[in-house]
Amino acid sequence: MAKPMKVRARNADGVTDVRILMRHDMESGQRKNSDGDIIPAHHIQNVTVRHQQKVVLFAQWGPAVSKNPYLAFKFEGGTPGDPIEVTWVDNKGDSRTDETMIK
Amino acid sequence: MRSRAVVLCVAAVVLGICASAGGYAQTTMDEIMRYREMLKEANPAELLELEGEELWATPAGPNNATLEACDLGLGPGVLKGAYARLPRYFPDTDKVQDAESRIVTCMMQLQGFTRKDAIRGWHKPGSKNEALVTFVATQSRGDVIDVPATHPREAEMHRVGQELFYRRSGPLDFACSTCHGLDDRRIRLQELPNLSTKEGAQTSMSQWPAYRVSQGVVWTMQRRLIDCIRQMRWPEPEFLSDTVVALQVYMQNNASGVVLEAPGIKR
Amino acid sequence: MDLERRTFVRTAGSAGILAFLVARGFLTVGDARADLWNKPAFDAESLEDAIDILVNSPAAESPEVVIVAPEIAENGAVVPVGVVAKLDGVESIAILCEKNPHPLAAIYEIPPGTLADVKTRVKMAETSHVVVLVKAGGRIHMARKEIKVTRGGCGG
Repeated sequence: MAKPMKVRARNADGVTDVRILMRHDMESGQRKNSDGDIIPAHHIQNVTVRHQQKVVLFAQWGPAVSKNPYLAFKFEGGTPGDPIEVTWVDNKGDSRTDETMIK
Repeated sequence: MRSRAVVLCVAAVVLGICASAGGYAQTTMDEIMRYREMLKEANPAELLELEGEELWATPAGPNNATLEACDLGLGPGVLKGAYARLPRYFPDTDKVQDAESRIVTCMMQLQGFTRKDAIRGWHKPGSKNEALVTFVATQSRGDVIDVPATHPREAEMHRVGQELFYRRSGPLDFACSTCHGLDDRRIRLQELPNLSTKEGAQTSMSQWPAYRVSQGVVWTMQRRLIDCIRQMRWPEPEFLSDTVVALQVYMQNNASGVVLEAPGIKR
Repeated sequence: MDLERRTFVRTAGSAGILAFLVARGFLTVGDARADLWNKPAFDAESLEDAIDILVNSPAAESPEVVIVAPEIAENGAVVPVGVVAKLDGVESIAILCEKNPHPLAAIYEIPPGTLADVKTRVKMAETSHVVVLVKAGGRIHMARKEIKVTRGGCGG
């Protein structure tokens, strides 16, 4: 089961700063196991961040994004108390959605 | 001739290109420090802290109880500052305990786990033991490490820890102090703190538990010390053993007075 | 009733994103599945191939695109890379690592109102350039920065 993200959103001077830590192995598809077989790539493919239903960031990721990924960005607007919703979907169809309030 | 060379070098400094032989290493270390600072912006250890927080408050074990009443030395349920004062003597177990061992005691007393079940799989990356320790440690972030080792049992463990730190043993005739008892030592690019000094111990102990970027996992002090001992080719101590607790009393005592910044970021 | 409405909203939302991406950014709709992931670009095995798939116009190096990253990464498995583009109308940002087995690491679609200022962390197989492409006002702007890696990041 996908584990919770840590999502922080803080508004200052009309700009909301969003910082997200996700728990995911982001298996590169380059490593071999003890039998010498390639361990298949397993990684987050898409991240969607919404502020009040509106998409404020959409990401496409390959397996070169680091394990336990970090994503930070800023958008104009947002007021303290507004919900920020983050969803990721990986290449095996697993997904996770977490929500936080803007501070 | 010589003065001309000096002038040239001064000019070069102004242009920022006077890379002396000694300058390169300094620039390298500066850039590595910058790298670590950038990672500190969001430490993946916070994810394990989240898991630990959930484990702490979720009923589990034969008693279906949470750990919220756990006494880490400052009274039942008091988390703030507790980690910064460990290891310490606990009358109920008649032992000097660190965070790892005290949490296991709470899992046994409150939740009814056997010791075996409480530590099962502790060594697996992101284990429940390490998640709980990470959560507990971060509740003391900003508190000053304070392990005076004044109780007779703590003083005894301090002496044992100090003795172990300097004791040369094993097939390599190695001691902790071989690498960590001198200033300015390093392994490849990793500088080694001199843990026998206050400054060195403070630099190091203020950062644990830490996220190790080389492994992508959090290590707590128990794991750090067990692995150090393994690398010295000493017999590997068991999880929660007095050997590891004694070394922690020695190092935390040396580090006392520094603000805990855990979780840190390590190579 | 409520359930139906939710399903509709979700479908509409997804289709909306897709149209938005195709219109604005680095997304090509290759097959009938039309998913939201640019498989050909992520599968590309050289920097040139990846860039060819991502953009169909020449990219010019621009001082307005700044890569915020250390000169040296202690561990190639975790290399912090930030991108700040001081350009109007930024639509998307792509981050590539020149010598990785698959150079394309990430694509960010920047809707109006979102700043061209993103940070992420990538794996780098070895010392090489990080290349950033920024699409703004229909034009492609590029920046490069060499990052030395003391320990390769593909094994982890």
